[in-house]
Amino acid sequence: MANILVNVPKTAKRGDVIEIKALIMHPMETGFRPGPNGQIIPRNIIEHFTATWNDSEVFALEMSPAISANPFVSFFAVATESGTIRLRWTGDQGFAVEEQVAIAVE
Amino acid sequence: MTGLRFGIVLATVFAASFAFAQGGDKRRSGYQDMGGALQQMQDDDTANPGMLFVQQGAKLWEQRIGAADKSCADCHAAAGASMKGVATRYPAIPSGADMPVDLEGRINLCRVDHQKAAPLPPESQDMLALLAFVSRQSRGLPIAPSDDPRLAPYREQGREIYARRQGQLNLSCAICHDDNAGKKLAGVTIPQAHPTGYPIYRLEWQGLGSLRRRLRNCLVGIRAEPYPAGASEYVALELYLVNRAKGMILESPGVRP
Amino acid sequence: MDRRRFLAGTAVLAFLPFDRAAATPDSMAEAIRKVVGDAVVREERVKLDMPPLIENGNTVPLTVSVESPMTDGDYVKAIHVFNEKNPQPNVLSARLSPRTGKAMVGTRIKLGDSQKIVAIAETSDGRFWSASADVIVTLAACLEEAT
Repeated sequence: MANILVNVPKTAKRGDVIEIKALIMHPMETGFRPGPNGQIIPRNIIEHFTATWNDSEVFALEMSPAISANPFVSFFAVATESGTIRLRWTGDQGFAVEEQVAIAVE
Repeated sequence: MTGLRFGIVLATVFAASFAFAQGGDKRRSGYQDMGGALQQMQDDDTANPGMLFVQQGAKLWEQRIGAADKSCADCHAAAGASMKGVATRYPAIPSGADMPVDLEGRINLCRVDHQKAAPLPPESQDMLALLAFVSRQSRGLPIAPSDDPRLAPYREQGREIYARRQGQLNLSCAICHDDNAGKKLAGVTIPQAHPTGYPIYRLEWQGLGSLRRRLRNCLVGIRAEPYPAGASEYVALELYLVNRAKGMILESPGVRP
Repeated sequence: MDRRRFLAGTAVLAFLPFDRAAATPDSMAEAIRKVVGDAVVREERVKLDMPPLIENGNTVPLTVSVESPMTDGDYVKAIHVFNEKNPQPNVLSARLSPRTGKAMVGTRIKLGDSQKIVAIAETSDGRFWSASADVIVTLAACLEEAT
């Protein structure tokens, strides 16, 4: 179970543009770095991040090895209706995690 | 480069105003030597990577472990109340012992004596998480080292290590952090080395680490042999440093380059 | 020979690729070309926020924002960021829509050297916009092994 910190307001007014911030613990090993024995540490990064609001995509991010470890992303979304914001991260070595946050829109 | 010039002006103004506000106390936290972007990263709990470790520590706090099947919460209840101020007082001599331990040592004493569980290895993920969580409860409080008279010889040992030239570069901590703090070394401002943010999320590590890890980096940096893990020198040094930083505000978990 | 063409020819010589396993201004230009093709890229509407002086290249805060109403008829559909001197030229690609509401993306990136960073935005009408920043990196990423 990945360690994830998500910041989403609990409520919003319909039509508001809200900011969403997410931090996830992940080494984002670039594949360019030598390890203690001199051999290159194999690449291990998160490649795809998507955010959906009641299953409609509101934002997506393709990451490269140039994204820092414990990747942070902040983005925006229009508060359309109450429901679930789903964040999904996938990447190397079969990495696939999801975090859901409920939001009430009045 | 107007952006760079603006950044320098901003930093100078901030530093000057902060020094003025201190009213004569010339001590500066490493926070003040960082650029605005990193200061913001530290200040925002929703964006500070150290908070990932604090969150993990909060979960471990509730976990029942060991032969005693106890969690930290079983004895200490809510950490916000019971752990408030604790990180400001360490290293200290636990009751029944005669040598000081740092906060990690204290956490392991709890695990072994009360939870009847194995001690956590130093710098392990779980230890750092608990350390971050416990230290976070003292954020905003002044560093207040214990005035236990038995600590005096250890503090003196720490002071002696701090002042002693070591390593192939034959430098002492004091030469950089007392005599040359504020000046540049390889483009970076030399900080005064007050342990105001530990455990810190260090950008160089891309992870969280303890003061001991940072001290090891310093020793490697001056090309000295780092003391072995668990060596009493680290606790002695930390004891000296927290006394030197007495009264400065704890920022844990800090962000540092 | 037309003087302008001659000068353009010598400029091309300056960008002859040499054997280096790292991004170069040339490979960044190629990576940008893959995204924009032959289209004109206007240096407007995009703001690339980065600290000009970076203490540690391992974690550099970066924010790209684009002026756009983000309506169904006029919105930013993608934001791309490129670099000049890391081992490879791509940094990130973001996909946006009217549901995003505000064309602003923040993250943290690794920089292996002082270099130029370029952000390119693509709007729904197929046009491209950009901004760039020259940053100084005091301590580079990608080099140090774990200590």
